[in-house]
Amino acid sequence: MENGKLRIIVCIKQVPNTNEVKLDPVTGVLLRDGVPSIINPDDLCGIEAALELKDRYGCHVTVISMGPMQADVALREALAMGCDEAYLVSDKLFGGADTWATSRTLAGAAKMLGYDLIITGRQAIDGDTAQVGPQIAEHLGIPQVSYAQDIEKLPEEAALIVQRYYEDRYQKIKIKLPALVTALSTLNTPRYMSVGGVVAAYDDIPVKILKYEDIKDFVDEKDIGLKGSPTRVKKSFTKTAKGQGTLHDAVSEDEAVEIIVSKLKEHYVL
Amino acid sequence: MMDFNLSKKHVLMQELFQKFAIHEVEPIAAEIDEKEEFPYETAKKLGRYGFMGVPFPKEYGGSGADNLAYAMCVEELSKVCATTGVVVSAHASLCTAPIYEAGTQQQKEKYLPKLASGQWIGAFGLTEAGAGTDAAMQQTTAVLDGDNYVLNGTKIFITNAGAAHVYIIIAMTDKSKGTRGCSAFIVEKDFPGFSIGKEEKKMGIRGSATRELIMEDCIVPKENLLGKEGQGFKIAMQTLDGGRIGIAAQALGIAQGAIDITVNYVKERKQFGKRISQFQNTQFDLADMQTKVDAARLLTYRAACLKDAGQKYSGEAAMAKLFASEVASDVTRRCLQLHGGYGYIREYAIERMMRDAKITEIYEGTSEVQKMVVAAGMGVR
Repeated sequence: MENGKLRIIVCIKQVPNTNEVKLDPVTGVLLRDGVPSIINPDDLCGIEAALELKDRYGCHVTVISMGPMQADVALREALAMGCDEAYLVSDKLFGGADTWATSRTLAGAAKMLGYDLIITGRQAIDGDTAQVGPQIAEHLGIPQVSYAQDIEKLPEEAALIVQRYYEDRYQKIKIKLPALVTALSTLNTPRYMSVGGVVAAYDDIPVKILKYEDIKDFVDEKDIGLKGSPTRVKKSFTKTAKGQGTLHDAVSEDEAVEIIVSKLKEHYVL
Repeated sequence: MMDFNLSKKHVLMQELFQKFAIHEVEPIAAEIDEKEEFPYETAKKLGRYGFMGVPFPKEYGGSGADNLAYAMCVEELSKVCATTGVVVSAHASLCTAPIYEAGTQQQKEKYLPKLASGQWIGAFGLTEAGAGTDAAMQQTTAVLDGDNYVLNGTKIFITNAGAAHVYIIIAMTDKSKGTRGCSAFIVEKDFPGFSIGKEEKKMGIRGSATRELIMEDCIVPKENLLGKEGQGFKIAMQTLDGGRIGIAAQALGIAQGAIDITVNYVKERKQFGKRISQFQNTQFDLADMQTKVDAARLLTYRAACLKDAGQKYSGEAAMAKLFASEVASDVTRRCLQLHGGYGYIREYAIERMMRDAKITEIYEGTSEVQKMVVAAGMGVR
């Protein structure tokens, strides 16, 4: 707590806007050139969740991102939405990090900054691993709730009630702070930046850079960057676009079953 | 050296204006036009996100940005809905700006925080039945009586009338002095003797409120005189100089919005076995239009930047409005033509855009008035 205010760290990632990615009509390869970068959608909901807690309880919200220098735009967008502070974790030494080294690095930064609650998005739309959030909690040795669809703070104690989403139900989990929560896009509708917020994000609030030197007391050099990444990529390929399926409309239920079963047999599934 | 790149700050603001326009404004643009409904809910959201006070300092409740950002804001809103563009433009340029530029400290502290934050909407009353382009023919009078001025007269075609809480009213304090006998007043909607008259049925920007203001022995406290007695005409003319940046931006937005939807349309619509975008006529027409719109944008941004730099911008704002408004009318007409018969159907936004464009050649000074201003600046008299 800082002046009685809950300290929240939101971890965000800058990703290519996949809605804007087009396929090369001939080769079927993704055309990523000139695709604008955005804040990962789940992370944007993480920011909104933190700002809603701030609106209700007066928290201090710090947003951090690990990435190249140009990822500062994502942090400024977060500031323009109403976050109080922003840190860009950026250093050549962090380059080539997999989710393990990334989570080690972010956990180190969080430890250095201090926190009561860490919010991350569930997963990024470019990597889709959903690993970094939970790994940060493991490295820090704090409890976590992933797939949060609602977050509420208990009035008299340092604890939250978090709704954990499953496809067919949800759990209401009480979790003691400090803790980590990963946010789903269904958690909320992120607010827009405000015009004054954009002005503040460029004129008043600096995006502070954290280099390895700044967090070296909290993370070992062997755990960062390419060296700290156990993942070895065996093969990377672009999925070819699936052809259009065959549409069988105007068939009865029995006929539909027959068509499906014969198809499955044809492919030796049955 | 001239730098035609926007700063990173302006790029991020532009992204915000675009996102807001697409998600909050475009979905109801056709509906507010059809129903002729003032977009009250949108106005509240515009206030919440700082769109109503873009160029005013934060200490007065504004967003602390500049006139370039303000022009970009009106442009992006007008790309999808010219009504929403003019709600912001009239509010910011015609009411909030004169209080900010000519008001006393006390007036600024009283009115700016509510106006710049969008809590209150503002409007401006100069035009009368017999005083349109000939604005010096004011019939509305203001007579000092003790601690109050008593205003009598009727203003017409007032944008945001009825929706607004605060009105800048131009009235004659001394008829014998002509334009030097005009004074400006800050009038609140609840002042005794102030009322809103009939609503005009318009060709375009139908969601925006355009009504009469009626003052019958309207009591305005002395401290609500804006500037000094006799400065009203000057204040009105300076206000309109700034307003022209807003209307130029509105026209620019309408034109760019029309091109954007037309580009999408011609890439889908097929005739003679081809997409109509494949015909050179379509390509040449759109290339020509986009070139004009870019020129309009440069003129508009230049006028805004001059204002931000504290330099003279009256002639440049007039050029921007003159050019951008004529481009908007021309481009929307030609874009509708590229839509063919569908363009004439109300289901397609281009029909509304063509109706909306025309007013930009008329209000806040007709194109002819802009030419008078430009010629005067050239010393041609």
